[in-house]
Formats: sequence, C-alpha cells, structure tokens
Amino acid sequence: MSRNKDWIRLEGIGKSFKVATRTAGLKEAAKALFVRKHTVVEALKDISFSIGEGEIVGYIGPNGAGKSTTIKIMSGILVPDGGSCSVMGYTPWKDRTDYVRHIGVVFGQRSQLWWDVPVLDSFELLRDIYKIPDAKYKQNVAMLTDMLDLEKILQMPVRQLSLGQRMRCEIAASLLHSPKLLFLDEPTIGLDAVSKLAVRNFIKTLNKEQGVTVILTTHDMSDIEALASRLLMIGKGALLYDGSLEELRGRFGTGRTVTVDYRGDSGPIDIQGATLMDWTQERAVYSFDTEQIVLADIVSRLSEKVEIVDIAVTSKDLDEMIVELYEEHQI
Amino acid sequence: MRLYFKYLNIHLKSQMQYRASFWLMSVGQFFIPFMVFGGLYLMFDRFGQLQGWSFFEVALCFAVIHLSFSLSECFARGFDAFSSLVGRGDFDRLLVRPRSTALQVLGSKFEFTRIGRLLQSSFVLVWSLANLPAVWTFPKLLTLALMIANGVFIFTGIFILAATFCFWTIQALEVANVFTDGGREMAQYPLNIYEKWVTRFFTFIIPFGCVSYLPLMYLLDKREGSELLPMLFTLGGALFLVPCLLIWRFGVRHYRSTGS
Amino acid sequence: MKAYVSIWRLRFVNGMQYRAAALAGMATQLFFGFVFIMIFAAFYSGSSGGEPISLQDLITYVWLQQVFLSFIMLWFRDQELFDLITSGNIAYELCRPMGLYPHWYSKLMAQRVASAVLRCFPILFITFLLPEPYRMSAPPSWASFFLFLVTLLLGLLVIVSISMLIYISVFWTMSPIGSILMISVAGEFLAGMVIPVPLMPQWLQSIAYALPFRWTADFPFRVYSGHIPVTEAAWGIAIQLLWLAILVIAGQWLMRRALRAVVVQGG
Repeated sequence: MSRNKDWIRLEGIGKSFKVATRTAGLKEAAKALFVRKHTVVEALKDISFSIGEGEIVGYIGPNGAGKSTTIKIMSGILVPDGGSCSVMGYTPWKDRTDYVRHIGVVFGQRSQLWWDVPVLDSFELLRDIYKIPDAKYKQNVAMLTDMLDLEKILQMPVRQLSLGQRMRCEIAASLLHSPKLLFLDEPTIGLDAVSKLAVRNFIKTLNKEQGVTVILTTHDMSDIEALASRLLMIGKGALLYDGSLEELRGRFGTGRTVTVDYRGDSGPIDIQGATLMDWTQERAVYSFDTEQIVLADIVSRLSEKVEIVDIAVTSKDLDEMIVELYEEHQI
Repeated sequence: MRLYFKYLNIHLKSQMQYRASFWLMSVGQFFIPFMVFGGLYLMFDRFGQLQGWSFFEVALCFAVIHLSFSLSECFARGFDAFSSLVGRGDFDRLLVRPRSTALQVLGSKFEFTRIGRLLQSSFVLVWSLANLPAVWTFPKLLTLALMIANGVFIFTGIFILAATFCFWTIQALEVANVFTDGGREMAQYPLNIYEKWVTRFFTFIIPFGCVSYLPLMYLLDKREGSELLPMLFTLGGALFLVPCLLIWRFGVRHYRSTGS
Repeated sequence: MKAYVSIWRLRFVNGMQYRAAALAGMATQLFFGFVFIMIFAAFYSGSSGGEPISLQDLITYVWLQQVFLSFIMLWFRDQELFDLITSGNIAYELCRPMGLYPHWYSKLMAQRVASAVLRCFPILFITFLLPEPYRMSAPPSWASFFLFLVTLLLGLLVIVSISMLIYISVFWTMSPIGSILMISVAGEFLAGMVIPVPLMPQWLQSIAYALPFRWTADFPFRVYSGHIPVTEAAWGIAIQLLWLAILVIAGQWLMRRALRAVVVQGG
C-alpha cells in the first residue's frame, strides 16, 4: 500500500512554551499584581518519525503529552523551535497557504460549520474558501452525501443536528477539497455506538478507496483497534512507542488471567510462576506469563488438590496494555 | 472579494434567524448615539456656539465620525470580536485554510444590528446638511463621502491593532477603547478645541484629523484652497491601514511560534 | 452571613488577578476624563459666565465620574448571571441554602468594589497631581468629604439594586440585550454621565431629580465639591435611603414572583 515511505517526515522536532504560574489566595493574588513567575514547559523533545502515503496512524498519549502540539506543527499552525518537518515535500509552517490546500483537519471538540445556517450553506462557503472547481465540488458533495448518509440533514441548520450527525458533517466538510492527508483530532468523542461505527467505517473506506492518509488522535482504544495499523505513542513530550498493534500485543500479550471454578476444601494454593489474585470458596484467579509457565501446569497443580469445574482464560485488552506502557515509562 | 460577500451572506442568514432580538438590539443601538447627540444638542442649547463652530457644523462632524464608526463596527466586527475567537481556540481553524488570515477574520463576524446606529447618524447627517447649504457642491459632497470611507479604514485599523494585541494578552484589551470609543468621542467634535498634543496625536499618529477636522475646514469654507487637497487629506485613513496590517502579520507570526 | 463574605472574597480575588486589565482601564478612564474636560472647557471659554456650575467644580465632577466609574455605571455586565437565567441552570442556585437576592446582590457589589479598589486610588492620586486647569480640587470642608463618602456608598447600594432589577427582568424577557441596553443608556444619561445634571435644561433636570439614577452619581459628586451644601446633602441622604428601600423591596418581590414562575415551568 505505501508508495512512499517518507511521505511525512519529522526530524528532531522540539517545542517549548512559557507558562505563567499562578497561586491561590488573597495575598498571592496581591503579590501577583507586581511579580509574575514563568516556567518553561518542554512540550516536545526531539520527536522524529515518518509516515508513508496511504497509512492510517493512531497517535496516542495521555492529556498534555504533546499530541495536539505535534498535530498543530504538522498542520502548519505552529512553528517549532527546532527540527525539520516535511509533508508531501512542503514545510508546513513555511508554505502555509499552499500546503493547507492538501490537508483536511477535523477538531473533534470544535466546529467549523456555521451554527445557524443549513449545512449546505457552510459547504458552499468552504467551496469558495478552498476555491474548489464547481464540477469537483458537486462530485465530492454527492460522494460524501452518499457515503456518510447526509441526504436528509444537508438542509438542516447545524444547531438542530445531533452530535453524531454533526460529526459526520464535520468530516464531510474537511474532505470537500479532496485532501490527501486528513488529521482527525478525537473524531469519536461523545458519540454513541452507532455513530462511532459509522465514522470508523467511513474512515476505513476513505483510506482504502481514495488512498487518503489519516492521522488520528484519540483516547478511545477501540478506535485504534478498528482503524490503525500503526501506533505512535507520546508521553511527556517524547516519542515512546512506534510500531504496529501486533507488535505491541506481542510485547505485552504474553500476560494471561485464568479463572478457575472448583469444588473441594482447600486453602489458597501457591503456584510458582503464577500470581494468586483471588481465592474464594469456589473460585480462584491467577495471573501468569505464558513465557514462564504454561496453562497446563497450573491446571495440573490445581487438580492435585481440588476438583476443577470450569476454566476461563483471558488475555489483556489494549487499554490495559497502554496503561502498562504508560507505567513502564512512568507517565 | 467574492469570498467576503459570501461571508456577508452567510452571516446575514444566521442573524435573520433571530429576528426579534435583532430588531430589539438595533433599536438599542439607535439610542446610544442618540443620547450622546442629545447631550451635544443640549450643550449648544445652553452655550450657543463652540469656539466659532455652530451646532450644525459640529453635527456634521459628529455624523461623519459616527457613520464611519458604525460601518466599521458592522463590517469589521470580526477584528473587534477577535478576543473571543482566539479564546475559543478557533483561530487554529483559520490557519488550516488556504486564505489570508486577515480576510478570514474579517469574515468571521458581522454585526448587522449596527444598522440602528447607522440610521441615527444618517439622520444627523441629513439634518446638518439641510442646514449647511454651503456644502451642496459636487466636489464637497465627494470629499464628504471620502471622509466617511476613510474614517471606516481608521476604525478598522484600530480594531486590527487591538486584535493583534490579543495574541499576547486579552486582559489589557480595554486600552483599545481609548482609540475606538475614545477616538470616536473625541473626533465627533472639531479637533481644534482640544489641547495641541491631543490634536497632533490624532492627526499624525491616528489620523482622525485627516477625515474630520482638516477636510471639514474646507467643506465649511473656514479655509480657502484647492478642492483637491482636502480629498488627499482623507486618504490618510487608507494609509493608516498599511502599518496596521503589517503589525497584524507580525502578531500572527508570534502566535504561530508560541501557540498561546 | 459567612457564606456571603466568602462569595465576596472569591469574586474579589478573581477581580484582583487582572492586573493588566486594571492598568488598561486606568489609562482609558484618564483619557476619557481629559477629553470630557477639554470639551467642557472649550464650551466654557466662549461663554459670558453665569453658568449653573463653575468649571472648577465641573472638572472635579468629571474626574469623580471617571475614578468611581465602576461604582456608577449601570451597565456592569455579569455574563455568568445572564447565562444562569437564560440557560435554566438557575435550578442549581436554588439548591443552595441562601436567599438568591442577597446572594446575587453581594456578587454584583463585590465585582464593582474589586474593580474600583484597583483603579480608583491610582487615578485619584494622579488627578490631584495634574497641572492646572486639569487638577482635581479637594473638598471644601471635612463635612463635605464625610458626607460624600456616605452618599457615594449609598449610591453604590442604590445602583446595585437597580441592576438587580435589570437582571430580574431577564427572567421575563430572556434576551438580555436590546431592552436593557436602552434602560441603561437612558439611566446613565439621567445620572449625568453624558452631560452633568446642572447643565441640563430645567425640564430635563426635573425628570432627572424625580428618578433614582442621579442619586447614584450626580448627587455624591456635587456633595464632594460643595456644590450641594451640607444641609441639603443631609436631606439628599434621606431620599437615597428611601429609594434604596423601594428598590430592594421591589426587587425581592419581583424575584420571588420570577422564581415561582421558573419552578412552575420546571414542573
């Protein structure tokens, strides 16, 4: 799929901000009238990665880790302190107006549609902003209407739309000018299950059929699982993980939890290589690592003492892996 | 330019969604300058004249400045209301679009309720002109139109400066009132009634004098001279926009390096 | 009572944070003071005398207006309160164990005082140092000064109760702007903010005297300069108290009615 591996390339990007500190209390407020303290916060430290054309990349990290700063730099809004960045051959912050013609940006928490007028009016204004030729505009509106099921809502003022309908229109609005790169900042935030699925399916189709490259930030790991083949994780301004989902699974995927229902009288049984999590009258829970002990060993150790009725094994889900990854890097 | 009218159109549509509040607000906007003008009338009622200026002469000055002010509040409101745009973080949105930021900000808001204010100052204009037959020549009326147009440029320039200020802090914004509201209050009287330093500041730094006092002298035959010169004076207003736009670009660059 | 004090404190601290805003406000107020004085001085320079108020007293009047602007302007908007009413979130406020009227009253007052405290002393200081003819004069006697403080404070109470009425009216109109704009513009005119009350023609003065607005600004400022003598001022205080009583009682009554309507609406 990826035709050009260095389609987007960031090298040694760094960015720091000056933040005024404020303290509580009447006395402190009076003091702040005269002196104000500043601290420098390093939002990004030496970030480097490249993304190939046609990829879908999930960009994750806890709040305040530097996600939106990176997105802002890549979309040409912010100028970094140092490092280089090239997207489709452009330097985003230098060739802003030329560059942004080729990208679409959806800020999930903010709207680019005009609140009080029908959606179609907003679209037409965007057509003029992006100077989209008429034929192409018509074709794109038709295509997006069809794919996102907008038929009934295009004539409605935005304030009457539900959140899910609005998000579909937002996404359509940022694709009117056929961008080759789409930034999605929390596109599924606050959406119900049906709308979430609709949005995800659309993104997948868009990527497959039009070859649009997608960079997606989200807190919802099921978004990543459904969409992204590749994961970038950032924490405290540094890139902590860059790889495929499978790789991550492989790294943390050896952990299992086994729940055993049993009959018989016995106190808690210690098994070497597994950790006892819970022990009650008829149920025992262990967590273990497949590289240290196999399930059969645990089962056989247990069956020496009690009669086993049922066994259930679960592996870690993505959310847990991410939390573990955060912990590993102490963020 | 086409895009600007598109913006205009879409805002008109939105504001018409709230007809009742639109009209109420417009009526309210009619009354604000009405009271100020009432004060001016009452002062002349008591004192008769102001350092050689008659009531209708000052009323003409008032009308020019208030017309400019209401027009720029209506059409350049985007800059005037810029602090809330930045506060909401919506400026980022403008930066990911392939058009100049100034144009997009200009199109981000229009305040059509200023029609009330516009109407009030138009009445004053007509009333004062009806009582100043000396102004009824073509070059003078043309000069008058230029005065109003360039007045709009000056107010717009000040709005742009104030908006640029928002990139650093939105706290001290009130100081911009000195130049918008203050400039308006001051320039509605002929500038020569003030202290020298004030007159100079508002002629050479912020060229209100170029659109009210100086050409007004010719309009009212208080000074002889060619008809071209006063027209040239008024262009000072358009000239004022140039540094304002340069400073705006500087502000945008600052925003993009700090992201504050 | 403690609850009101802490609301007051919170608002106050909040208002104090805006250092730059205060500086900007001071510059603005000084500038406006200068402009108004110059305009009045220009009018006076062509006059043959016999004006109802001397230029000296008028200058003091203008400076006091600017110094105590946040005490006297009617249009001191609290967006939070407007939103509270129009969005229907008023229900939360009703859950708190305190009267809504005194609660809002202290909130609005704290705002004004916080903004005045930061601004008034520096401006006051500067206006006393200005060169003639712009310098502000001291009051003619201690009695005038003392009465000024009393009347100013009462004026503040009156203006807050007027603005309470404005906020309460939002319960009915739901749109805070249009109609209120007109009331405040007219009110400020009648308080002598556009042209001083003594310079108004007789018929307008009678109207101004009959309404509460001029008692919040025009009256204390003329007490300060001695333009209103001490004995007359004492009578004026009685009238201020009367207005205060009327406005507060009316406000509380209207608020009770408004809240009853809200409760009914909410089912």
